Amino acid sequence: MSAAHFVLAALAVAAPSMAGAAAPPGASSCAGCHSEAGRPNVAIPPIHGQPAAEIIAAMRAYRAGERPASVMDRIAKGFSDEEIQAIAAWISAQR
Amino acid sequence: MAGAAASALVRPALAQGRAKVVVVGGGFGGATCARALRRAGLDVTLVEAEATYMACPFSNAVIAGLRGLEELRFGYGALRREGVAVVHQAAVAVEVESRRVVLADGAGVPYDRLVLAPGIDLRFDALPGYDARGAETLPHAWKAGAQTELLRRQLDAMEDGGTVVVSVPANPYRCPPGPYERASLIAHYLKTRKPRSKLILLDSKDSFSKQRLFQAAWASLYPGLLEHVPLSAGGAVTAVDAAERTLSTDFGDHRASVANVIPPQQAGRIARVAGVSDRSGWCPIDPVTFESRLRPGIHVIGDAAIGGAIPKSAFAANAEAKVCAEAVAGLLRDEAPAAPKLINTCYSLVAPDYGISIAGVYRPAGDLFADVEGAGGTSPLDAPLSVRALEARYAEDWFRIITADVFG
Ligand SMILES: Cc1cc2nc3c(=O)[nH]c(=O)nc-3n(C[C@H](O)[C@H](O)[C@H](O)COP(=O)(O)OP(=O)(O)OC[C@H]3O[C@@H](n4cnc5c(N)ncnc54)[C@H](O)[C@@H]3O)c2cc1C
Ligand code: HEC
Repeated sequence: MSAAHFVLAALAVAAPSMAGAAAPPGASSCAGCHSEAGRPNVAIPPIHGQPAAEIIAAMRAYRAGERPASVMDRIAKGFSDEEIQAIAAWISAQR
Repeated sequence: MAGAAASALVRPALAQGRAKVVVVGGGFGGATCARALRRAGLDVTLVEAEATYMACPFSNAVIAGLRGLEELRFGYGALRREGVAVVHQAAVAVEVESRRVVLADGAGVPYDRLVLAPGIDLRFDALPGYDARGAETLPHAWKAGAQTELLRRQLDAMEDGGTVVVSVPANPYRCPPGPYERASLIAHYLKTRKPRSKLILLDSKDSFSKQRLFQAAWASLYPGLLEHVPLSAGGAVTAVDAAERTLSTDFGDHRASVANVIPPQQAGRIARVAGVSDRSGWCPIDPVTFESRLRPGIHVIGDAAIGGAIPKSAFAANAEAKVCAEAVAGLLRDEAPAAPKLINTCYSLVAPDYGISIAGVYRPAGDLFADVEGAGGTSPLDAPLSVRALEARYAEDWFRIITADVFG
């Protein structure tokens, strides 16, 4: 995670816009369903820019089958604690 | 290997100006990649043959009269505004030595790295009797646009009591659950508009994506209307006669009122011309960078690539494009990219308010992508109708969100 942060910091200097760059494993796939721009009238909840702790708690609960889900339970099971932390930090830092 | 190729490809020019990346194909894969590369600060040219893009997801709903074709059309204005140079021409050749893409008008576009995202070509040499001309009578509708309209019009014109035949190829092909979603929505159309008609689904496989979910839904929604004929029961179509609208199998002939032939497929032509496809017709890649196994400096994403466990879907093409863009940007800075993880999810509609899904999480394993064990899978078999309705809603949300991500 610290490596990811280092790269993000380096990119922020090098390029004005860094959305989509240096995402930790799995993180860029989330935007296939979760709108980065936060679109109105969609039922899939926005997650980009949300507090990392909330994303981590939700992902762990989905993985454990403790939070109602149509699809997130199946997705969360593909990630370790460390991966979830890195994804949450990155998603939280978007927009 | 990727690292070595990378250093060999770093040009002196990079030290002075911005690296140039050319992307061929502006679909879910290519348009996403061009945008992400541009956002990473690179000089990006997107070569796309068509002025606008017609998306395949939800084209089955168009065929069933549930949606207008124009709702599937997207433009390249947003990419242009972000600084992607969009060139509306076909790429006809790749000069590997001098690293140039040759356009239809003869112009050459230089690149430091090239991304090919041409999607699929229908194979008009694989099924006797089925060629581009045959497709004007027996539409494939496997590329959205005029073919989608043609199949919809044929269904509209069919009299009640007709027989619709849909034929499905062997793996791999674009959108594994797509033929079954299509059969479902055509069955919905027949049930509500032409209830004395029948649909026969001739399949070159014995098992298919979300099979148990589809079959349970067919039994409850379309009993007696939709008949699935698997390979072992004579489902493989071996020849067609377009004039007679007849599809032949080893077990006999099927005469159709309307026939939808989904033929075998291969990577789009430019991938074959560039020498990045193998004898299978698809493109082997390094799953960390999407760099071709056959030609260093050329990356292949989307339907054209051999993804291993990752299916050929719009969701996957978009996810692959983002990973590829990061890898390309990293390689151009002479950095070795880390191993990625990718997600895929395909929603299918069995009826307008009845959605099901299959999801997977993938990691590189050798030459391919493998499933992350314990993750993914389908919607539950025993879910109540409220969950099916929710997933139908999420399917629409997914389409709106991903098309905004790519083109919005
Ligand atoms: C009926 C149907 C339903 C589907 N439903 C879903 C779904 O619900 N969910 C899902 O995830 N996927 C779905 N798919 C699959 C999805 O459409 C494809 O997987 C996706 O389009 C692949 O993206 P791509 O970028 O690889 O190729 P494409 O989207 O086909 O884009 C390729 C682009 O490259 C251009 N091109 C090709 N060659 C050249 C050249 N030489 N020069 C210039 N331009 C060129 C083409 O014009 C095209 O715009 C469906 C497919 C079908 C047929
Ligand atoms: C296939 C679409 C899809 C993908 C891909 C996806 N999500 Fe979700 N996400 C959903 C849906 C739908 C919900 C609502 C819960 C459910 O039905 O599973 C949700 C809910 C969530 C929530 C709870 C938000 C809230 O406010 O309640 C979080 C956090 C979340 N997802 C994180 C992620 C992360 C992180 C990723 C990528 C690793 C991801 N999602 C990928 C569809 C998706």
